[in-house]
Amino acid sequence: MSEPRILEVRTSILKRNDEVAREMREEFRRAGMVVVNLVSSPGSGKTRLLYETLVRLRRAGRRVAAIVGDVETDRDARRLGASGAPVRQIMTHGLCHLEAEMVRRELLAWPSEHVDCLFIENVGNLVCPTSWDLGESLRVALLSVAEGEDKPLKYPGLFNTADVAVITKTDLAEACDFDRAAALDALAAVRPGMPVIETSAKSGAGLDAWITFLEARRP
Amino acid sequence: MHELSIAMRVVDLAAARCRDAGGDIVTAVTVRVGRLAAVHGGALAAAFEMAREGTPLAEATLRVVDVPVRVWCPQCRAEADLTDVVPLACPACGRPTGDLRAGHELEVESIEVVGPRGDTVGAGA
Repeated sequence: MSEPRILEVRTSILKRNDEVAREMREEFRRAGMVVVNLVSSPGSGKTRLLYETLVRLRRAGRRVAAIVGDVETDRDARRLGASGAPVRQIMTHGLCHLEAEMVRRELLAWPSEHVDCLFIENVGNLVCPTSWDLGESLRVALLSVAEGEDKPLKYPGLFNTADVAVITKTDLAEACDFDRAAALDALAAVRPGMPVIETSAKSGAGLDAWITFLEARRP
Repeated sequence: MHELSIAMRVVDLAAARCRDAGGDIVTAVTVRVGRLAAVHGGALAAAFEMAREGTPLAEATLRVVDVPVRVWCPQCRAEADLTDVVPLACPACGRPTGDLRAGHELEVESIEVVGPRGDTVGAGA
């Protein structure tokens, strides 16, 4: 048996996902859409924040839509649908993240009316969604005051890929002994200079700043 | 456990490259994994054993090259590898820097291929 021959490959393992994501990003850009990928651990308040965001943007006359990923059930889609915005649920049946092709499939099945802002609520997971580009223009990492200030240090990969961090459930800060300075330090350690917006979807605190931030991203 | 998704793509990529080069089987795959890529080497190795079954990689060894986080420090005007992933700061002067030059890699670097019946595969791509 002859010696094996070494062949250079030098190809991204997620090449196919990256290609689909790149095509979608270009389509989104041409359509003038802002596409937001929401990532966080389960229970950090993605759905509640997204619900309030959909309601407020619709009130401001924006056409918004959402895709929500969960391992099972369409509960989040039903919650978000109460905002009046069109919502589609992706059930991954075990898969721990969304992939670009899944999002594209959902979009193809959607009536082709113009949308200003599309939100993709990823599967709640601080590890797996890290490397999967969904063609988004904005990746938002959520961190609730209840889950510990050092979460970003424990999961640096995901927080490092985010464009902005949103601290959620600030109405619970006192009850959780939330150390705001430590949380801001942790975020800065994994993504120096990342903007941070502090919100409570329950009390409404910080939501104006969040909406203003989103509006500023519109082309 | 997204390592299985990753491993399946590694197998697909390697098998396609082997086929394109006229090879028969792949005996080894080398992948580069950045320390910020959120992929666990051990989990990837376990997933690879499942993903390779029934493919030209059935007997292949997986080699995982860890890629450290490398930052550019505008103050020192130099790149530096970090021993730890966080904080993202220049190890020389301590200044925080988010200018990453490496650390998110997830790529197949190379494969080792053997042709049918021990024939060597033609050189190059």
